[in-house]
Amino acid sequence: MFEYDFMRSAFLASGIVAVLAGFVGFFLVLRGQTFAGHALSHVGFTGATGAVLLGLSPLAGLVGFTVVAGFAMGLIGERLSQRDVAIGMMLSLALGLGLLFLHFYTSYASQASALLFGNVLGVDDKALVALAVLSALSLAALAVLSRPLLFASLQPELAEARGVKVRLVSTAFLMIVAVAVSECAQIVGVLLVFTLMVGPAAAALAFTRRLTTAVGLAVALALIEAWGGLSLAFYSDWPTSFWITALSGLVYFASLVDWRRAAT
Amino acid sequence: MTALLFRDAAIELGGRTILSNVDFAIEEGEFVGVLGANGAGKTTLMRAVLGLAPLAHGAIIALGAPAGSRNAMIGYMPQNRGPLASLRLTGYDIVGAAINGARWGAPRLSAADRREIDWALDMVDARAIARRSLNELSGGERQRLLLSQALIGKPRLVLLDEPLISLDPAHQKSVVDTVKRLRDEMKLAVLFSAHELNPLIHAIDRVLYLGSGRAVLGAVDEVITGPTLSRLYGAEIDVIRLGGRIFVMSGDFDVERDPHRHEGSEHGHDHDHDGGT
Repeated sequence: MFEYDFMRSAFLASGIVAVLAGFVGFFLVLRGQTFAGHALSHVGFTGATGAVLLGLSPLAGLVGFTVVAGFAMGLIGERLSQRDVAIGMMLSLALGLGLLFLHFYTSYASQASALLFGNVLGVDDKALVALAVLSALSLAALAVLSRPLLFASLQPELAEARGVKVRLVSTAFLMIVAVAVSECAQIVGVLLVFTLMVGPAAAALAFTRRLTTAVGLAVALALIEAWGGLSLAFYSDWPTSFWITALSGLVYFASLVDWRRAAT
Repeated sequence: MTALLFRDAAIELGGRTILSNVDFAIEEGEFVGVLGANGAGKTTLMRAVLGLAPLAHGAIIALGAPAGSRNAMIGYMPQNRGPLASLRLTGYDIVGAAINGARWGAPRLSAADRREIDWALDMVDARAIARRSLNELSGGERQRLLLSQALIGKPRLVLLDEPLISLDPAHQKSVVDTVKRLRDEMKLAVLFSAHELNPLIHAIDRVLYLGSGRAVLGAVDEVITGPTLSRLYGAEIDVIRLGGRIFVMSGDFDVERDPHRHEGSEHGHDHDHDGGT
């Protein structure tokens, strides 16, 4: 399958995105902020459709809009951004607005489906470069942030006492999440961002008890699921996003089984 | 040397005065029990020592410097323990996260860091506990682990916020004994908040009792008396001594054991995750 240009691009793109999603997802799950990630992806739909309407690239709209939303969520504070009703209303509002923007745009259906469910086979060279640069920047930012972020995620009040700027750290993290969400949306679409961001990290945290192993495993699982889904899609001709969600779901639910007990 | 000094201190949160006219001094090596009803300000007082709750009046001097400036030498065990109980990660990684936790960069532990973690774990006999997952630990084992984390940085003052909450009497005793031993070995000044006096009574040097926005520090026999507590609770309080134990009664019920007061937030805003009253 690697004799095709579009397959090589797709493997490269999903690899870049999976690595970022694995790292970011690990902290997202650890912090119990997975729904913030979900909300950001829906906001991204508004941004992407708005950008398309203005003749810009959907990725630019996604990144721009979600990063601003991530910043705003960080300022409002975790307590508010975790309220399910507020998040739910924001999700529907964002999707509704996106629908309105698509209504004004002519080639409605194909664009909508690509944004909602992803279109990894449509990634061109320009998009590939954008994904790589954004990934590198986000990973660098996350590397600088990771020690205080880890501490603040595990023990927020102790971290505050030890001088961690908890609000600053969590706002910066949500902005990184926004970039990761935007990248994932390129591969699996805004509706299925959970599958790459949350699934591998949640499974990794259930499979292992060591911190460093869990981070590595989250990245590895995200890569395996993304590339596995792509390969299965190539041979079956079924949608890539379906295969990625299937693998991600399979691994996640397998992680919930108590294997030691199941074996006896 | 004085470890902690409150000089005519007043603390306000959201426009409400939590404590005022607080004057006391705690010496190095002193084990002080912090008591008082929920909402009396035990958590707020500890946060004020760390410079996290704003001072409206007066001064708080911790380890010779204004509150908040010597936090690296103050061990702290908050009441709200975050998501720890449900995590599968090992205690070792949790304790390790506190090492240079505020510094930018990736969380890498040097050989010296590892020695410090091992030392802190050994101080509370928690090496074996630290190898296990947090969600497999009992409440008492988790407290031991967090106690060892409070020792990271070799503090001279430790603030322990309700370490006995939801522990059975045997584990309560073991936590109190461990803290007492740490105090002896490290010459620590200890502030230890609790709902009940009796688990602490054999270990503490003095008691700091909070109520009605005031704080009174003194020996147990001076502070735990009908007149003093009646003033702090703003209600008629009887103190009954029975075989080395002390019961604080208001009318018919034991104020320290009233189940409706057992869980709940100390602050005006909600810091409590257990959904208590």
